[in-house]
Amino acid sequence: MNRLTAFLAGLLFGIGLLLAGMADPAKVLAFLDLAGNWDPSLALVMGGGIVAALLPFTLARRRTRSLTGCPMQLPSKREPDRALVIGSLLFGIGWGIAGICPGPAVVVLGSGHLAILPFFVAMLAGMGLFRWYESRRG
Amino acid sequence: MIIDWAHFTPWSALAGGILLGLATGLFVLANGRIAGISGLLGSLLNPKASGRLDSLLFILGLLLAPWLWLAFAELPVIEMQVGVPGLLLAGLLVGFGARLGAGCTSGHGICGLSRLSPRSLVATLCFMATGFATVFVVRHLLGAGA
Repeated sequence: MNRLTAFLAGLLFGIGLLLAGMADPAKVLAFLDLAGNWDPSLALVMGGGIVAALLPFTLARRRTRSLTGCPMQLPSKREPDRALVIGSLLFGIGWGIAGICPGPAVVVLGSGHLAILPFFVAMLAGMGLFRWYESRRG
Repeated sequence: MIIDWAHFTPWSALAGGILLGLATGLFVLANGRIAGISGLLGSLLNPKASGRLDSLLFILGLLLAPWLWLAFAELPVIEMQVGVPGLLLAGLLVGFGARLGAGCTSGHGICGLSRLSPRSLVATLCFMATGFATVFVVRHLLGAGA
């Protein structure tokens, strides 16, 4: 059952990204361009997402097992640290250059737009680089 | 600030956002997992991570979503806005940054903020700030792009 729900959640997430316009890098960059012709649409994407997820997460926090019996794996850390800040700042720079974040990158690849391949491969390389950096840090 | 009313799509943005929220809600209630795409991709790259089959199936759903969409409507316009060097640099920063920062727009921006996590609030403010700043520098100081 949890296999099916994982697949359905991914499918629904992808449809959400497409409907929201987030698969189009131009739309994302138009949101990030405050000083140009600003398209505020993505603020509503995030707002709608947070409001819709509020109740499920509130219910999930009270459970120790998921509805299909999986252990709940919610992050327990609450205090921000240096890695969180530096990582997020770097992520934002990359997001601002191309207008692509990881979810849309997967959806666009799935749609067969091979023009995204350089971004996708570099993103996986960046994740691999982090694993190497983390293993050296110990 | 000039609002681009011609390209502002409040209803589809809101509806799409609600679907994202419902998808992350389904994943956390049914699978007990955070639907953070960078985290899911990261766990696929790590042979020792737990719940890799769920991660794989979620990513598979994401990959197939455009095909479900195509059964009902045409795909929206998707065009890269930078050349290959820009895509490579952006991809590296997005991949490394999301893992170092323990999340991206989905894991922090939607899941984290819905569970009122102070870490996710800080992370979201950070990547929003550099996202806005980067586009300002690229478009208005270096004069590239639209």
